Amino acid sequence: MESILTINNLTKKFGYLTAVKDLSFTINKGNVYGILGPNGSGKSTTLGIVLNVVNETAGDFHWFDGNVSTHDALKKVGAIIERPNFYPYMTAHQNLKLVCKIKGVDYSKIQEKLEVVGLLDRKDHKFKTYSLGMKQRLAIASALLNDPEILILDEPTNGLDPQGIHQIRQIIKDIANNGTTILLASHLLDEVEKVCSHVVVLRKGEKLYSGRVDEMISSHGFFELKTEKQDELIHLLENHKSFGNIKVEDTLITAFLNDPMDAETFNKLMFDKGIILSHLVKRKESLEEQFLQLTDNN
Amino acid sequence: MLRLLQLELQKLLLNRASKVLIFISFILPFFVIILSSLRINFFGFFVLELGDYGLFNFPIVWHITTFFASQFKFFFAIVVVSMIGNEYSNKTLKQNLIDGLSKKEFILSKFYTIIFFSAVATILIFLICLFIGLYYSSINEAHLIFRETEFLFAYFLKLVGFFSLCLFLGMLVKRSAFALAFLFVLYILEWIIFGLITWKANVDIAEKIQNFFPLKSMYKLIDQPFQRIAISKAPNGQEFLYDFAVHWHEIAIVLAWTALFIFLSYRLLKKRDL
Repeated sequence: MESILTINNLTKKFGYLTAVKDLSFTINKGNVYGILGPNGSGKSTTLGIVLNVVNETAGDFHWFDGNVSTHDALKKVGAIIERPNFYPYMTAHQNLKLVCKIKGVDYSKIQEKLEVVGLLDRKDHKFKTYSLGMKQRLAIASALLNDPEILILDEPTNGLDPQGIHQIRQIIKDIANNGTTILLASHLLDEVEKVCSHVVVLRKGEKLYSGRVDEMISSHGFFELKTEKQDELIHLLENHKSFGNIKVEDTLITAFLNDPMDAETFNKLMFDKGIILSHLVKRKESLEEQFLQLTDNN
Repeated sequence: MLRLLQLELQKLLLNRASKVLIFISFILPFFVIILSSLRINFFGFFVLELGDYGLFNFPIVWHITTFFASQFKFFFAIVVVSMIGNEYSNKTLKQNLIDGLSKKEFILSKFYTIIFFSAVATILIFLICLFIGLYYSSINEAHLIFRETEFLFAYFLKLVGFFSLCLFLGMLVKRSAFALAFLFVLYILEWIIFGLITWKANVDIAEKIQNFFPLKSMYKLIDQPFQRIAISKAPNGQEFLYDFAVHWHEIAIVLAWTALFIFLSYRLLKKRDL
């Protein structure tokens, strides 16, 4: 698979604080990646380094096949970091013209991308008159100007109202559907869960996991069960080799699987043993549960 | 190079504050020079006409107008420090780098703009001088007219050097107001050091050393023209000789400072985490 960004043993120290510690991962073409981590886990620092604004202490990274300089590679990258940064005294159109000049893109793209984010009717208004949501949308338009090979988003919905968050998410989904590689840093897990296929989990600058979202925890899922004969059920589950941990909350029993087993087989098994279930759900851990489990265990 | 210059010009010319300052820094000196070259009648009491004192004769006109025009460089200095300060406060510097501008290109785009404005200012002053000089002096032979035009070159160099210093200070402190304050502090510092050396050694040595300081070396490119006028008017003018010419070592010192300031600005940006 064609790699877009390769990071090798990257380390960044701010004085005594190590923001990123020996981090390595690769971004391949066509996937949607999430960088997950609590606040201060080194997400923005990592992105800052690969975007040429923060100097690494050790390690290295390269864009694409490694034969282009970072600033030339960035011309093929679209990135939005934390807050939208534009010249407040220029209009949206003038701001984008400046970005076109930097990236070496034709001006005709401006119209097209402003339409994508729905800012065409406000294009001749000054940036400082924009609301935060509009500023963020302009930032997306700016990042898309060069039809980037990869779009990097750092907390793109931070500080937006529900409508704004929804709009931005919709735009991101549309872009992802076009086959653009996306790298999304966020601490909002449902955001990542909705769009990402791969994740990199960071904590205190260290990588805890990187790989597919659905393989994040090697688990076969769990059953949520309710029955009249609770004690009998618990006894049965404890003695069955396919079940590991069993949790009881009021009348709800949660049984974690050690081996794969589908709900139908389980239901039949229970019926044969004379236990009739009033509630049976088979689930996999949500990203949030997986994430908490991962960050707690380490 | 043209791309970088265009980039910076767009940033500057769309900003009303810097547009006004650029306008002032260009127009005001010429306005003053042209006004002073006119005959001014003070309500019939007396007539002031500076032209009568031979101020606008070739070749002295090159010297005196470049000297006065360079006093107005402060307006464009504000533009230079604010073009760095704004990039930091709007965080657009960070955005520019993310968009694919290299740190070197960023500094170069500022430096090219400095050269561009200095060149425009020099060309304008050349035209004004030529006009005033032709009007006042009776000389009309080309080789006499263009005598001492090295002052124009000195003027250009002085502007480039001074604005490079402003660029460096802007990069150093990131805020325009502080950068200008720093400039003032540097000016005082140069005189304090001058005072200290005079106190420990003597004036001659102090002056020789001071000529190497950034602000003083830029000043030295175009020395006081008043002494020169005084000398030319005094009957025994030859007695107090005053060296007012543009010397190659003065040029070399300013060029060295300019190169150093630009290089240091680049180093600062390269080392800094944004």
